[in-house]
Amino acid sequence: MTLSGIFQIIVYCIVLILLIKPLGLYMARVFNHEFTLLDPILCPLEKLFYKLCGISLKKEHDWIQYAQAMLVFNLIGVIVLYLILRLQNILPFNPDKFLAISPDLAFNIAVSFVSNTNWQSYTGENTISYFTEMLGFTVQNFLSAATGISLAVAFIRAFSREQTSTLGNFWVDVVRSTLWILLPLSFALSIVFIFEGVPQNLNSYVTARTIEGKVHTIPQGPIASRESIKEIGTNGGGFLNANSAHPYENPTPLTNLLQMLAIFLIGAALTNTFGRMVKDERQGWTLFVSMLALFLIGVLVTYFYEAHGNPLLKGLCIGGNMEGKEVRFGIVDSALYSIITTCASCGAVNSMHDSFLPLGGIFSLINIMLGEIIVGGVGSGFYGILLFAIMAVFIAGLMVGRTPEYLGKKIETKEMKMTVLAILILPLCVHCFSALACITTWGIQGPLNKGPHGFSEIIYAFSSASGNNGSAFAGINANTFFYNITTGLAMLIGRFLVIVPTMAVAGSLVRKKIIPSSSGTLPTTDLTFVILLILVILTVGGLVYFPALSLGPIVEHFLMINGKTF
Amino acid sequence: MLNHFKTAILLTLILTILTGLIYPLTVTLIAKTFFPYQASGSLIRKDKTVIGSKLIAQDFKSPKYFHPRPSVSNHDPVKSGGSNLGPTSKVLINRIIMDVQKLQKENPHSSIPIDLVTESGSGLDPHISIKAAEFQIPRIAKARNITQEKIYTLIKKYSEGKLFGLYGESRVNVLLLNLDLDK
Repeated sequence: MTLSGIFQIIVYCIVLILLIKPLGLYMARVFNHEFTLLDPILCPLEKLFYKLCGISLKKEHDWIQYAQAMLVFNLIGVIVLYLILRLQNILPFNPDKFLAISPDLAFNIAVSFVSNTNWQSYTGENTISYFTEMLGFTVQNFLSAATGISLAVAFIRAFSREQTSTLGNFWVDVVRSTLWILLPLSFALSIVFIFEGVPQNLNSYVTARTIEGKVHTIPQGPIASRESIKEIGTNGGGFLNANSAHPYENPTPLTNLLQMLAIFLIGAALTNTFGRMVKDERQGWTLFVSMLALFLIGVLVTYFYEAHGNPLLKGLCIGGNMEGKEVRFGIVDSALYSIITTCASCGAVNSMHDSFLPLGGIFSLINIMLGEIIVGGVGSGFYGILLFAIMAVFIAGLMVGRTPEYLGKKIETKEMKMTVLAILILPLCVHCFSALACITTWGIQGPLNKGPHGFSEIIYAFSSASGNNGSAFAGINANTFFYNITTGLAMLIGRFLVIVPTMAVAGSLVRKKIIPSSSGTLPTTDLTFVILLILVILTVGGLVYFPALSLGPIVEHFLMINGKTF
Repeated sequence: MLNHFKTAILLTLILTILTGLIYPLTVTLIAKTFFPYQASGSLIRKDKTVIGSKLIAQDFKSPKYFHPRPSVSNHDPVKSGGSNLGPTSKVLINRIIMDVQKLQKENPHSSIPIDLVTESGSGLDPHISIKAAEFQIPRIAKARNITQEKIYTLIKKYSEGKLFGLYGESRVNVLLLNLDLDK
């Protein structure tokens, strides 16, 4: 570890914090239908969309209608993307004549992109046509992110409103998220990416004759326009197989820094939007500080182990662990990226997590297992941390013997049941599918690595799918019928079975009165609450996942320092 | 519920046209107009034939060239990806030991920089660290029968520093270096 490395991490955090307030304010204005600078251009477009689709601005949804609309919208998304994948051989924009995708892989990809997971069972550069990239993947990169933001905003309204049943209009929230937030940010970022060297064209692959006389086929495509929304929308599915490690997707340290900022941008700013909408910005900052603390623990541990290097190579060569990492990023930016992408449910990678040291990769796994609530995926991370906040006030309430309240809303049996359900679905899904993979031949054939690392690959796969992250210990051969179907189901369960109880909590809270705080109320804007929240998150995660972690990365670490290889 | 279906289908259609067609095509148009070189993949041409991309590593086996980092796919640009071997993998450790032994013969006086014996994440890493370039100087000088200082100056010329002196690592592009060596 070097001082300059630590300094990079600090500067990153400072820049991120500086961006939170302006974007948080902007998003609050967008969802409160207040004036923004983009209104003159976007409002007419918005009105046109509503007219064409028969959406009424005045009609609001209660939680059931909101959830139904979301489910129907996503179902249509899955069907359309599935059809595009199955038919891409006869669709246009396919200069390199890629074939149709097999049914099991098409199912996996369709679910993966609609659920904001972007798990890569496919290898982009030799299977996916430009038509699929643009009208399939890019579209779902926008729509799945817009869905996440909408749900988070609906959940925030459960606290900002009282004694009503409606949480907003799902369609309006989706349209506004897309037009006002996702499109302008992606557009601007794409242009910078292109300037830095990310290709953007519809040309067929280029044939090159190398200096030593080999013939190379170099992939092309509309990469930049998808790269930007891939990070802004915490999607993470690569245009090319190596994802953001590929020099075409992430050519310079500047694009790398922008990608790291883009991944956290909306999720972090939502904490401020939340604070503003409930009229107490400190509530948002409290959540952000808790996230930041957990984030820094992960970054520092990962950086420490990766910089230290593989003890099995001691005396052979000098430097940290560079297997699976790119020279232009080095150790620090690779470690930082790996933690950001797993905290945020993004799943883009600029280095291969599978080749990280056991305790260098463990926090990637832990971040996903905790539910990606450290900033989290756009929207999904935010309603995730709110569930933990509800859990925290509930536990505090039990300790002092008072009815727990959060932001003036009483937390009662019904909300707690739904909260616990939403929190426990993820570990249940991870463990059941991993166990299934470990006891079946189809499952055991998956991992590339032997020993405990192979087990880590399996548990990482199902954590990533269930948590809608999409990164992988990518040695695992996931493009098999067994893994395509199981990870596909895990993605569906991890996304939609969590959303329904979450929306039920919102639907129940929005009906309640906001009680003014009294001396008996637990303050949720001080250090005590930050510590309480962190401990609740770590306790739930620790109790649920420790056995699995000790069978994977932890045991591998001890075997490694004793010189054992597999 | 049925109403939801109608709205969902129409909205999906409209947003598909906007985000899947208008958005990427507008970006493509801007890219083509203002940054044609980058937009078409930073290709390098020699007498009108494409010899590679500035951003994509290519294989160099001859001792008179700088060698890139090892690659799991032998630098095939349509097969990007890393080895994905874990830290306790026998395959990984044996591979590195073999590469180290080879390099030690080439330059017994310097210690071996880690990036020369590890496979990058993309398998197409166009760069090597400055130390890794300097490590190769004696071999290239001998093969080309030129002074080591000359190669050293060349490395200096192509060195790229950190962003704001902070982000990323100092590095040098192997293809650009080799092209200059051939001049």
